[in-house]
Amino acid sequence: MSGATAAHTQPHHKDKKERPDAAADERLVHRSLARRLMGRPELGSVVGAVAVFVFFAVAADSFMQLSSFSTVLYASSTIGIMAVPVALLMIGGEFDLSAGVMVTSSALIASMFSYQMTANVWLGVLVSLVVTLAVGFFNGFMLIRTKLPSFIITLGTFLMLTGLNLGFTQLISGSVSTKKIGDMAGFSSAHALFASRFKIGDIDLQVTILWWLGLVAVATWVLLRTRAGNWIFASGGGADAARAVGVPVARTKIGLYMAVAFCAWISGQHLLFSFDVVQSGEGIGNEFLYIIAAVIGGCLMTGGYGSAVGSAVGAFIFGMTSKGIVYAEWDPNWFKFFLGAMLLLATLLNAWVRKRAEASK
Amino acid sequence: MTGTKTGTKEPTGTEELVELASVSKFYGNIKALEGVSLKVDAGRITCVLGDNGAGKSTLIKIIAGLHQHDAGTYTIQGEEVRLGSPREALDLGIATVYQDLAVVPLMPVWRNFFLGSEPTKGKGPFKRLDVSKMRRTTREEMLRMGIDLRDVDQPIGTLSGGERQCVAIARAVYFGAKVLILDEPTAALGVKQSGVVLKYVAAARDAGLGVVLITHNPHHAYLVGDRFVLLKRGAMAGSHLKSEIALEELTRQMAGGSELEQLSHELERAPVPAHLGEGA
Repeated sequence: MSGATAAHTQPHHKDKKERPDAAADERLVHRSLARRLMGRPELGSVVGAVAVFVFFAVAADSFMQLSSFSTVLYASSTIGIMAVPVALLMIGGEFDLSAGVMVTSSALIASMFSYQMTANVWLGVLVSLVVTLAVGFFNGFMLIRTKLPSFIITLGTFLMLTGLNLGFTQLISGSVSTKKIGDMAGFSSAHALFASRFKIGDIDLQVTILWWLGLVAVATWVLLRTRAGNWIFASGGGADAARAVGVPVARTKIGLYMAVAFCAWISGQHLLFSFDVVQSGEGIGNEFLYIIAAVIGGCLMTGGYGSAVGSAVGAFIFGMTSKGIVYAEWDPNWFKFFLGAMLLLATLLNAWVRKRAEASK
Repeated sequence: MTGTKTGTKEPTGTEELVELASVSKFYGNIKALEGVSLKVDAGRITCVLGDNGAGKSTLIKIIAGLHQHDAGTYTIQGEEVRLGSPREALDLGIATVYQDLAVVPLMPVWRNFFLGSEPTKGKGPFKRLDVSKMRRTTREEMLRMGIDLRDVDQPIGTLSGGERQCVAIARAVYFGAKVLILDEPTAALGVKQSGVVLKYVAAARDAGLGVVLITHNPHHAYLVGDRFVLLKRGAMAGSHLKSEIALEELTRQMAGGSELEQLSHELERAPVPAHLGEGA
């Protein structure tokens, strides 16, 4: 018997009789369901979501109606689509402050390219995809090359994109918004993909909800069941250790920035095809909502820990709070206060989780 | 095959895995390492001892492929090499376990064990980690070396420092390392944990690996080592087989021999400061 084994066995004999499962290691018995749940990154956010739901169910009568549910889900999905890649990026140890305006850039590019070239809008949509992915690549490449903090790199991109959005729109359209493209070829099919509605029973739902759930499913699969997922956790949790065992950390991080860009493209196309015109000044500040959703969902700011499902719960909390305040007929100014308080609570919970996870001996 | 097994002083029956002959390394005009020779045999432990700045880490970096040597020869299994990257070293069966870079603390043990070399199953978009195999193998490999993990799902950061080193070593062994380079594996550990790691190092040796143990603790080195190479200011200060040297002598040489004697002399004679003599 090694010293380690002896050290291990001492504290776990308390509740041996609880589960007489012969196949399991007898020392595993102490891990009750509650303890196993405690280990999940989503735990804090699920508790928070239930609390917020109960709170508004009591405070606002109309909150419990089906139509309200659809509105809440829609609000959640618009944040949730971006919160998924932002969460992955955060698990990979980095930030993207340009994510909010990148959505607007993506919409502007598709709209203005199609309008100016009088092309099928699908061409504009594709050009927008290429350009947006290139911006994501730029973020990742600069990060790897300069070794500067991602906060600085993406703050730079954020400001540059903000300027480009306003400048180019003014230059090309002569105003702060784009021209209507609703009558152009391909608009209706693109609208169907990015901004249509569908019905389940009596509930009228936005297609973004499907995009959102699909992205959460794919991201969860990638994170937990693929090599890339392992590399994302490792790049955020210990980049040097990961590099030492042959993990392509640079490639992983660039890929994550491109995933953010891809989802910004989806969000941007939704923006364009649901409103027909795009305001060039939109999107500023949204990057924080994505980060908040990811952090409430259990992602550690320092990387290496978190989940895609958590980010979805975080986005759902955001949706419930933003719409719940309206249904409760309160002054919506209070919304930001709630958001801030929840962020603090979530971060405290996460810090505690990390301490537990990292405590040695 | 270029190299031949020359100058084997050792009893026969062991395979020579790595040999450095008069290896030197310069950083600009600074001699980081000069004329260092070292041999690693299968199933033997070669200890490299030296104080801080003696050139131990430069030596590891050359063997591990992070740096290239400027003079001398580096042979792996009889073939002269000049390694361009850690990956090349790994492919030749040389695995390095660094003291602080071994694992990612927040990740489960089984994910850490296979990090960078994850087995997959399925095809195309359904290509996925072979999770059951990863868990099972991790448990088995750790058990084989005498560490009974109660839960391979726990973050590796919850293991003790010694156990973490052991996971990193077990990983190297599992992925077919022939030579294991351990950078100060016991430096940050207590007595008991050091024992765990040393036992594990011995287990790796018994499994037929050649081990290079870098340390500044002659007591740990003497417990498991077969051959001792002493470094001092980038140069060889001695190379001994265990049969040729006693622990006291090794400790004396390691600590700087005459320097230590002088130090103890000075300390003995140091007058007691007045304010301490009065009693606080």
